[in-house]
Amino acid sequence: MKKAIITTTITACSLFALLVTSPVMAAEPDVEEIVSKANLAAYYAGDDGKAEVNMTITDSQGRERNREFIILRKDKEDGGQQFFYVYFKRPSDVSKMVYMVHKHMNKDDDRWMYLPALDLVKRIAASDKRTSFVGSDFLYEDVSGRNLSEDNHKLVESNDTHYVVKNIPKKPEDVEFSSYTVQIDKKTFLPVKAVYLDKNGKEYRIVEAIKVEEVDGFPTVTESKVTDLEKGGHTVSKFSNIKYNIGLKEDIFTERYLRRPPREARR
Amino acid sequence: MKKTALLALSALLACHAGSGVGSAMAEEEVSLTDRLYDDYGIEMLGFAETRLGSRLVDDENEDTLSIGEARAQVELTRFFDSFTLLFKGDLLADAITEEVDADIRGLNVAFRPSDVLDVKIGRMVSTWGTGDLVFINDMFPKDWQSFFIGRDDEYLKQASNAFRTGIFLGDYIIDLVYTPRFQGSEFVKGERLSYFNPGAGQIVGQNMVMADNAPDDYFEDDETSIRLSRRFGGVETALYGYMGFWQEPEGMDAAIGKAIYPRLNVWGASARSPVLGGIGNIEAGYYDSFDDDDGRNPYIRPSEYRFLVGFERELAHELTGGFQYYLEVIDEYENYEQTVAPGMEARDEYRQMLTMRLTKLLMQQTLTLSLFVYYSPTDQDGYARPKFQYKVTDNWLVDGGFNLFWGEDEHTFWGRFQDNSNAFVGVRYSF
Repeated sequence: MKKAIITTTITACSLFALLVTSPVMAAEPDVEEIVSKANLAAYYAGDDGKAEVNMTITDSQGRERNREFIILRKDKEDGGQQFFYVYFKRPSDVSKMVYMVHKHMNKDDDRWMYLPALDLVKRIAASDKRTSFVGSDFLYEDVSGRNLSEDNHKLVESNDTHYVVKNIPKKPEDVEFSSYTVQIDKKTFLPVKAVYLDKNGKEYRIVEAIKVEEVDGFPTVTESKVTDLEKGGHTVSKFSNIKYNIGLKEDIFTERYLRRPPREARR
Repeated sequence: MKKTALLALSALLACHAGSGVGSAMAEEEVSLTDRLYDDYGIEMLGFAETRLGSRLVDDENEDTLSIGEARAQVELTRFFDSFTLLFKGDLLADAITEEVDADIRGLNVAFRPSDVLDVKIGRMVSTWGTGDLVFINDMFPKDWQSFFIGRDDEYLKQASNAFRTGIFLGDYIIDLVYTPRFQGSEFVKGERLSYFNPGAGQIVGQNMVMADNAPDDYFEDDETSIRLSRRFGGVETALYGYMGFWQEPEGMDAAIGKAIYPRLNVWGASARSPVLGGIGNIEAGYYDSFDDDDGRNPYIRPSEYRFLVGFERELAHELTGGFQYYLEVIDEYENYEQTVAPGMEARDEYRQMLTMRLTKLLMQQTLTLSLFVYYSPTDQDGYARPKFQYKVTDNWLVDGGFNLFWGEDEHTFWGRFQDNSNAFVGVRYSF
């Protein structure tokens, strides 16, 4: 369960989408610029943000499980260090647990779990970014974003509405995919669909934005879905009560607030 | 006979609670929870469960049934603008003791009188330190008996009545937990688990339940735990102090023939940090058993140095491994050795212990297989806890496992429990 929880976090993060850059450009931007803007749009909207997440996990036999949590995010700098605080509400056996991440650029992230029944602050190793977040089809990396420097990027298509970027991992032995292709909306720079190929070049996983709305001026993914083509299950995340630039203090992302959730994390 | 009847009753009760909760809850639980929140702002959580277990080793002095109980827990939380109230209570029908017990695991108020101060007063569970199921500087009360018979891990920690405060001064944090009256840990004394009694020279159980005399004067027999912590980048460091008593009766009052809790101070330090793709931890403590007369008092456990180093990381996809090395060194060993009563087994000067934890998640993290092992190469004894936990749905959980003790000798730390190996299963409905 602990690990499961961790996984959840990731999804939530991706939900925070964002950002706007001027869509009108004379020349086609180069691929590094595109992925960099997409990264900012998807993960760095505003200086901070909050969202309630309702996640429905459906397995191949149609059985559903549910996760509800609140996610708080604060950026140290755009495209750089970030803090995440995830406060679980449902199911009740994980209620009040907290998962916290300090995301770094040049070293492994720092992660903590707080288990209220034991008053235990547990530190979690960050090596497992491609594991499921709270048992869902989202991975940690979907939630908090994959470091851009881990892939080589190639612009394979540019049509009226989207850029299509193919990403090939620099260390293929560290990941379960051989490549993934992302469609990026030209207006908002939000990634709207990612298709993953396995080591045999077969499609096995799709991450997509189902609904995009503007919140506080930021184009935001308010519903996203991951489909596991191999096993047949899928997970849908819905985001509500989204707010940006609410003035979260940095000390919320410390042990003090693991033991005592901040007002912003309660419903 | 009576026991069987009670067990049947409690099992029935649990089933009832379960099915009642199950069907009624399916539609109504949501509304009750929501109504409490909507009308009174109270958040409610809880569960009902039943648990059964059996001894795997014959012990003429104990029941075959190692655990047989039905339990319900309710937790209520109310957040106000400036403070938070919490209640968490268990009701337990126990077929072994043939009693129904209420256990309040939380009843407290938490508030923040200033930006640099957090205060919590009442009944609460407290935990700190870096060890995984090995505690050096965490002197808060435990319940090892619950742990050994297969209750949920939550019950390893007992709640106690305390005043807790956190002072946040920039990078430094000072935590202080004051318990006005000593509580002590729940330990194995023969009632439901057998143990080696050095006086009797053998493993005893219900035929020789340990009688103890716990300090119980408010504000005189008190306990103070303090921690000073600071984070340097990814490295968390802390200094600890404890002034109180041994948590288990580590002394003997020869005059009254009862086990006693000698005075104890503990001073220690710890660090925890990401390292080699995992999390490393190191912790040390000095147990100053200052009434032991430098080891010359044969009725009081001598002072000790304790040391722990551990490492945890992911070994493969959804498989985590944790490893710890623990060392206990008796201070002034020559004195201790010379005062051990004839016929008693002296402890080794150095007691070493290794622990290993393996956790594997399967079936979209609904099935958890885990194994925790304590093994002492110096005592030639150990304790293993293989377990499974399956989340049938978001509400229903089934778990089960084994508690396996072994030892070359009967008088060593784990060896003394060797007749208590057991297996257990449980079913829980959470709401």
